[in-house]
Formats: sequence, structure tokens, C-alpha cells
Amino acid sequence: MTNYDLVVIGGGPAGLAAALSAWEQGVRSILILERDREPGGILNQCIHNGFGLHRFKEELTGPEYAGRFIELVRQTEIEIRTDTMVLELTRDRVLHAVSPSRGYETIQAGAVILAMGCRERTRGAISIPGARCSGIFTAGAAQRFLNMEGYMVGRRVVILGSGDIGLIMARRMTLEGAKVLACVELMPYSGGLTRNIVQCLRDFDIPLYLSHTVTDIRGKDRLEQVVVSRVDERRSPIPGTEMVFDCDTLLLSVGLLPENELSRQAGIAIDPRTNGPVVWENRECSIPGVFACGNVLHVHDLVDYVSAESEQAGLAAAAYLRGLRPAGQEIRLQNGNGVGYTVPQHFHRGAERLELFFRVRAVYKNAAIRIMDGETRIARFKREHMAPGEMETVQLPKVLLDRVKGDTLTVEIEEAAP
Amino acid sequence: MKEIICITCPKGCHLKVDEESFAVTGNACPRGAVYGANELRNPVRVVTSTVAAEGPQRRLPVKTDRPIPKGKMFEVMDEIARVRVKAPVRVGDVLIANVAGTDGNVVATKALD
Repeated sequence: MTNYDLVVIGGGPAGLAAALSAWEQGVRSILILERDREPGGILNQCIHNGFGLHRFKEELTGPEYAGRFIELVRQTEIEIRTDTMVLELTRDRVLHAVSPSRGYETIQAGAVILAMGCRERTRGAISIPGARCSGIFTAGAAQRFLNMEGYMVGRRVVILGSGDIGLIMARRMTLEGAKVLACVELMPYSGGLTRNIVQCLRDFDIPLYLSHTVTDIRGKDRLEQVVVSRVDERRSPIPGTEMVFDCDTLLLSVGLLPENELSRQAGIAIDPRTNGPVVWENRECSIPGVFACGNVLHVHDLVDYVSAESEQAGLAAAAYLRGLRPAGQEIRLQNGNGVGYTVPQHFHRGAERLELFFRVRAVYKNAAIRIMDGETRIARFKREHMAPGEMETVQLPKVLLDRVKGDTLTVEIEEAAP
Repeated sequence: MKEIICITCPKGCHLKVDEESFAVTGNACPRGAVYGANELRNPVRVVTSTVAAEGPQRRLPVKTDRPIPKGKMFEVMDEIARVRVKAPVRVGDVLIANVAGTDGNVVATKALD
């Protein structure tokens, strides 16, 4: 068994930023375990631009954004092992890993940072009926085939779901010569960023069908047709509204799930709302010395926020290794009207400041975010526009936190007066 | 007044652009004003794609180093499709200068060692 002060599981944007931040805090024995052939994670296949506006004040592509962090890591003595799969994490922070070059090994970590990211929901997860033919891909799988392996996955394409990866792939497939016939979204609003609706669909006259879904898949060997139907307010297909598209490819962009098999197996408490670990304000999980950041914690829409959050986790892991433990009574955060989840889920009384991340459940215009301590409002933040596809964040400074009397804060949306 | 959505950053401001003076309102930052005026006069986009690479890394990601006229996007793609690169390539290396007759260059966004 080998020993490291800090082991980071995952070498994507979260793991790289967390490791760098711990290094800057003086942690000198750091190992990053990455299962792919190179570090960078999903950014390696996100060749489009739009990353880093917050972080670097310029518009970078995914590989460029990852490249900057990889370069910084190379200037340190942080060790990265690629092609390495972590099989198990125990409560006492022993990692079981396997790789072609080193075989099976166990590693004792002083602290662990979970940065495994997320994966896509598949056809099985949303139970689309119809034939079991080829030509049905998750949008991210198609993106990897096209951008990294160099394979075009189809010529006539329908996209189900208007998440960002689906929208980005609509443009990408079009530029590569495919015909994208439609983007179909179950909800009455898009799940992706507004800018992506504009520059990926409208630029290429690709129709977006809101409140529609795929109700049948037809094809013997390869996909031949998909049937799209309108849905009612309860999201049930309306008979008689069927449209048939002749296509050879269906891309699914129907949501992302944090990848927490290792966390669950270790006995880390998982929040059913985020499908990620329950964390304190320093991103520490229910097992002391284990921290989580990035998409394994909750699905982000901007990598810039992943980097910022991961730096906090790196900072906290470094403090833990120095023997510093946050103290103070627990104050829980709960979601009220219109709020789907909050990260963190709880914090310590006496915390220096609190940066809250959450998602709203519907589209709001000219609404406000209220932070309630029982019946007392401790903060209110106005927002012109909020949507489930766009993560919200508010900062609560210490002077506000010190006013909290109860043991629970509620985050809720105050809707505009009609 | 034409209403458009700014694509400069993920915020997606709802802009109103005057068709005659190209004055922009609704923008949260100066980049929005530039985008709004340009979008009516001469819409431009950064094009990103990949080129064929020799070796185990089969594709090398590339981009235009500045936004190019929207109408030239497919012409740019045609030129990118003809490029084949060999190691070594550094980030920012110019692979096609003045692509499709624009003032933009196609540059590598990843290293090839």
C-alpha cells in the first residue's frame, strides 16, 4: 500500500483545480487518478468555444481551458496517473485502483477529493418505446465519436432534449454536413443556455419543438424513423399530434447524473435532489476528510463555476490535513417555493461567508430570491430572469449569517405580483 | 427596434437594437453593445472544428482565432476538412492563414506531441 496526503479521484476540470488549490496551500503529496487516457475530462471533447469568460476573461474552447490547468499542474509535483480506474473507496480513505501499467493496488489517503463528474441519462433511463435499432446515441457519446475519434455518427438527425450538449451537437453535426431535422423538448422551456438556442439552432434554422417528445422509434437494423408527439401539461403525449421524421440518428440530451457509485459504496450520504453527496460549506462530505466538487456534487452549467468550487474543496482538504476542523452548530438549508435543491446542504454557525448554489424549478421573470430564518427574512436578491437551465448563486456575508437564530434556513422564490 | 439575445456570454441578455442608429439597450456589459450592433450589420461567429491528425490522437481541435462572417461558416469548414497535421503542433499554431478569404486564421486549440 502506498501513501499520499491527498488523493483526487478524477482528472477533469474539478480534479485539476482542486489539486492545484491544495498544492498552493502547501500540500506536497498529491495524486490524481484519472480513468481516461489523458487528463482534462469532458473538456477534451467540448471543442466549441465559450469557456472561461468568468475565469480567464476570454473565450476559450474546452481543450484550451483544460490545457491551462494541465500546464499549471505540470509545473508542480502533483502526480497524475491516467488509465487508472478506482474500484473502491473505504470509510478510512483507502482506495482500491487498477490500471494496465500498475495492476491492482491500494492507496492510503490522508484526505480524498471526489471529482468523478457525471454521466448522461440514456434511452433506458427515460423509457422511450420502440425498436431496438442502432443509431441512437447520447449526445455526449456522439460528441466523443466525432470530435475525438473522428467518426461521423449519422446524416439525418433528430435530437431529443434541449440540454446544452444536445444543442452544441445540433450545430456540430450541421457544420459537418448532417441535416438536423428537429430538436424536441418535453418541457415548455429549453433546458440549455439561451445563447446556445440562438447560436446552435436559430443560426441554422433548426426547429425547436417545446412540449414535444419522441413516442416511437422505428427501424430494423438502423434507425429509420422517429415519431414525435405534442404533450399536455402533465407531459402525456396527445394522440393525433404525431409527426414522423425520416432519420438515421437520434441523439439524446436528456439530463446528466452525478457519478456516485464510489461515494455510495463508501457510505457517504447522498442528497436525492442533487444525486450528489451532502456537503458542508467547505464541500466536506458525511465522512470526515472526504470532499466533493464539480459535477459529481451537482451538475453545473459553466466550467468556470466548477473550477471555483473545486478550489474551495482543495483549500478545505489542505486545512483538514493541517488538522483544522470547522466547528459550530449545524444550520441546515432547505428548499422552499420554486427551489429544486441547494448546495451546500448545511453549514456551521460562525462560517465566514456562504456561497449558495441552487436551481429553480420553473422560469421566473422579475422575481426575487428570499433567504428565510423561520418567519424572518434575512436576505432578498432580485432577479430579472431565472430558469431551471441556469444555476443561481447568492452570497451571504458573515454579518447576515450571524443574525441567523434558528437551525434551518429556507431558500425560496418570491414571484412577481401578476 | 429589433430584439435579439446576446450570445457573448452564458448570461444571454435580451438586447434591443435600433435598426438605424444601431444603439443597443438591455446589455449588461460593453461587449453586448458591440455584439448587438454587429449582429444587425454583419453577424460573425467563431467556428470550431477538428482536423485530421497522424498518430494515436486522431483528431486535433481547431478554431478561427476571431469571429468570421456567419455566411462564410461552411466555406471555412470546407477548408478545415482538407487539412492534415503531424506532430509537433502547439496551441495557437496557425494551420490555415486568412481562411476563406477572411482576416481570420484557423489555429490549433490543443497540442499534438
